[in-house]
Amino acid sequence: MSATDHVDRVDHVSTGSTATTSGWQDRGGRLPGLARLALVRAAVELRQFWRERDAVIFVFAYPIVMLAIFASVFGSEDQGTEVAQIGFAQYFLPGMVATGIMLTSFQSLAVSIAVERDDGTLRRLRATPLPVTAYVGGKVALTLATSVVQTALLLAVAALAFDVPLPTDAGRWVTFAWVFALGAATGTVCGVGFSSLPRSGRSASAVVTPVVLVLQFISGVFFAFFALPGWMQTVASVFPLKWIAQGMRSVFLPEEMAALETSGSWQHPATAAVLVAWLIVGLVVGVRTFRWRRRDDG
Amino acid sequence: MTSTTTPSPAPPPAAPHGRPGDRPPGPPSSSGAAVRVRGLAKRYGAKQAVDGLDLDLATGEIVAVLGPNGAGKTTTIEILEGFRDRDGGEVRVLGEDPARGGRAWRARLGVVAQDSRDQAELTVAESVRSTARYYPAPRDPDEVVEAVGLAPKASARVRSLSGGQRRRLDVALGVVGHPELLFLDEPTTGFDPQARRTFWDLVLRLRDAGTTILLTTHDLAEAAHLADRVAVVRDGRVVAEGTPETLGGPDARTPLVTWTADGVPHAERTDAPTALAAHLLATVAGADGEVADLCITRPSLEDVYLGLLTTEDDR
Repeated sequence: MSATDHVDRVDHVSTGSTATTSGWQDRGGRLPGLARLALVRAAVELRQFWRERDAVIFVFAYPIVMLAIFASVFGSEDQGTEVAQIGFAQYFLPGMVATGIMLTSFQSLAVSIAVERDDGTLRRLRATPLPVTAYVGGKVALTLATSVVQTALLLAVAALAFDVPLPTDAGRWVTFAWVFALGAATGTVCGVGFSSLPRSGRSASAVVTPVVLVLQFISGVFFAFFALPGWMQTVASVFPLKWIAQGMRSVFLPEEMAALETSGSWQHPATAAVLVAWLIVGLVVGVRTFRWRRRDDG
Repeated sequence: MTSTTTPSPAPPPAAPHGRPGDRPPGPPSSSGAAVRVRGLAKRYGAKQAVDGLDLDLATGEIVAVLGPNGAGKTTTIEILEGFRDRDGGEVRVLGEDPARGGRAWRARLGVVAQDSRDQAELTVAESVRSTARYYPAPRDPDEVVEAVGLAPKASARVRSLSGGQRRRLDVALGVVGHPELLFLDEPTTGFDPQARRTFWDLVLRLRDAGTTILLTTHDLAEAAHLADRVAVVRDGRVVAEGTPETLGGPDARTPLVTWTADGVPHAERTDAPTALAAHLLATVAGADGEVADLCITRPSLEDVYLGLLTTEDDR
């Protein structure tokens, strides 16, 4: 083809120069590091999230509103058995914390990545030197920020408006910290993995929401877990939400309430094991199924 | 890359390059062609979208790929960008196989894709600045915003931009990384004539700054104005290639004389239209000295292009 001939004719001199510089203009400079890029993405994610005010209000208010509804509807009844008597708000607070973590991590990531696959965000990023890990890093930062703020608001409202006693000993807050961190991390990687399932951004909510709703109902978020049928408890035990909720119960409920768990204890080692297992599965699936394009696109 | 270590006896004749003198001396390049495509193939289900396509871009030139919808232009460009896998053929973009291009390779590309609706909640300036930070040696983001004419909109949310402004932002995002090679996929769709003219000037300035540009378009005037070379794609392959002035060969450029005599329309291609008109005046003109419906046209690039698509129809 004549075009290449043209170039060869122009210059045979600097054959030794590397492919990365064309020699006539300095385009040098090293590729930005992963940490820096993740920070840039985190700033972009937070800014975009904060500017979608309707979503901000929904994300932060949802667990609070749900807690308020449950506390008001069942406010006169006490939960528990002869073992311990506690208020309904206190009983359901751990479930609301768990469901909040699931919403800000799993649901919001699965939907937002599917939408960004559709609206050209991923396509644009794919054309830049940004590594996918930096993109996911930005999402993790957003998840962390939103779930921390959301949970803090929920706890504050529960304590101030519903007189839920918050734990005072450090050991319980340590449990809270690792259940929270592990739950959010698991939800994040599963959200990234699940984002490849919806066919389009428009169908993402319709695909993700039922999964979240069903998990909420069978995992002891809306109903007392011990009151659910045995088979439902078994099914729920496969998924992370049940374990996050149970871990949070071990933080916010009196020690005696452990007797109401199906196993009769808080099962911290099992909680950690299931969440770590899902974290690894989610990571592997997420890495293998991550796609820059829509599923039906070529 | 055709360069060899043994000196060739004589350099082959240069490609007929559009508008000599209209451009600065090309940047000396040792990496050969910016793009080299041979026998590219891509199938979607039963449809062979790209079917043995060949294409070359020399460093520093603007090549326009023309073709009807569904001809395989966008698929081709997306394969070159590394965004889509190919089924067959040989592809080199800036010396690398796009299917295996890494971050350093992508840092040298700029991409302006069709139909983006992303980053709606960022401002124009934020969007360009954050994108610049993905690159090792970006252009100054504020200068880029200025260059695409969006300086007055720098602090406006992307969501609030008009279609043409949104497109110019796409261009800003595509060039802020200081690419050596820029892909423009139907960049001026939906532009008003003035915005389109401004955009053309921008593209020519980028070329003058040394950027190699691959452009797809439906707009023949755009191709004629911008491109050093034009490639017409139909059914997934290049059916004609050349400068905008020579595309289709000399026959396609022969003036066409049309007239009506005794109610019957006539058409004749001739290199001597004036002589034919004189002949018609003498033979078929009416009592008022007029030849009915006489018209002499020199085919535009668009006529040539449409001719290429129809004469190849029964291939």
